Amino acid sequence: MKCKKCYDTAIIEMPSLCKSHFTEYFEEKVKRTIEEFGLLEKNDKVCVAASGGKDSVTLLYLLKKFGYEVEALAVNEGIHGYRDHTLSFLKKFCDDNKILLRIHSYEEETGKRLDKMVKPGSPACNTCGTLRRHVLNKYSEGYDKIATGHNMDDESQAVLMNLLKAQKKIFYRQGPKTNKVKGFTQKIKPFYFLREKEIMVYSFIKNINVSYTECPFARLSYRSKVRDALNEYESRHPGTKERILRKYLSIKHVSQPKAVSLCSRCGFPASGYECKACRIKESVVSQA
Amino acid sequence: MELFIERTGEKKTLSFNGTAENLLKEVGINSEEVIITRNNEIITLDQEVREGDSVRVLSVISGG
Ligand SMILES: [Zn+2]
Ligand SMILES: [Zn+2]
Repeated sequence: MKCKKCYDTAIIEMPSLCKSHFTEYFEEKVKRTIEEFGLLEKNDKVCVAASGGKDSVTLLYLLKKFGYEVEALAVNEGIHGYRDHTLSFLKKFCDDNKILLRIHSYEEETGKRLDKMVKPGSPACNTCGTLRRHVLNKYSEGYDKIATGHNMDDESQAVLMNLLKAQKKIFYRQGPKTNKVKGFTQKIKPFYFLREKEIMVYSFIKNINVSYTECPFARLSYRSKVRDALNEYESRHPGTKERILRKYLSIKHVSQPKAVSLCSRCGFPASGYECKACRIKESVVSQA
Repeated sequence: MELFIERTGEKKTLSFNGTAENLLKEVGINSEEVIITRNNEIITLDQEVREGDSVRVLSVISGG
């Protein structure tokens, strides 16, 4: 496969680009997402919620490269054989790149590690998500934004999961940034329009050699089933993940149904001054 | 061909000649979940892998 911009060999098929054109495309896409959705101001003090996985490390790398004042904030959940490994990589990366890193743990918040808090074999992700949001918010006081490495895969999975579980209340809370709410640091997602695979390709090119780790609890989660189904669909119908997010963003701001008024003619509920049936009746009568 | 599958940690020697796409089908992995390197260079699915190559199937999923 050839690059669609030059005739070099492509390194990725969607979009089909060579190494240098892919690098350019990737960085532009992050910049454009930041601009289009107003994710960052030039002088924002931003902390990256860093797990040590490739998404958050790549995000640290890029925001620093773009010239933002960036620091790393990591949460140690206390998951045996998993987080210690990614955190030691993160420490080295931050050392090498002169990025300030702060680490806080569930244990210092609650007195217990996650793997002591939940029963083995039970999905821990809900408890973990709640605690993570709490810790990140607590220690990001004084920063303008928290940036997370959430990507197109994470976000399209979230939209689908909320639909499948009919979670109306949180359905409207997704998107590239959270609303400004007093008491919460605003969260932004510069990788919103990049697939996990694209981030992997970029991090490989840049020698950000994060070794593979999968949270042992995540394998049991509902999300992992949605992820596999969505990947299956994406490989058969390329562009599915992006279409889900574009469609989602286009309907997200559609306001909730207005308070129902009553039709001035028949008294039935109507969306305006008259109900649709009465408007039809009227037009039929006027035609006769 | 030397094949390494990161997610399972599997390493094996395989006699396979064909496209990377067919290799993934043979080992039952969805291409959306991985990138493939041949002798340490990323390749697309239409590229050939053959005897003597060192092929790595690297997992894209980070899960956390
Ligand atoms: Zn090119
Ligand atoms: Zn009416």
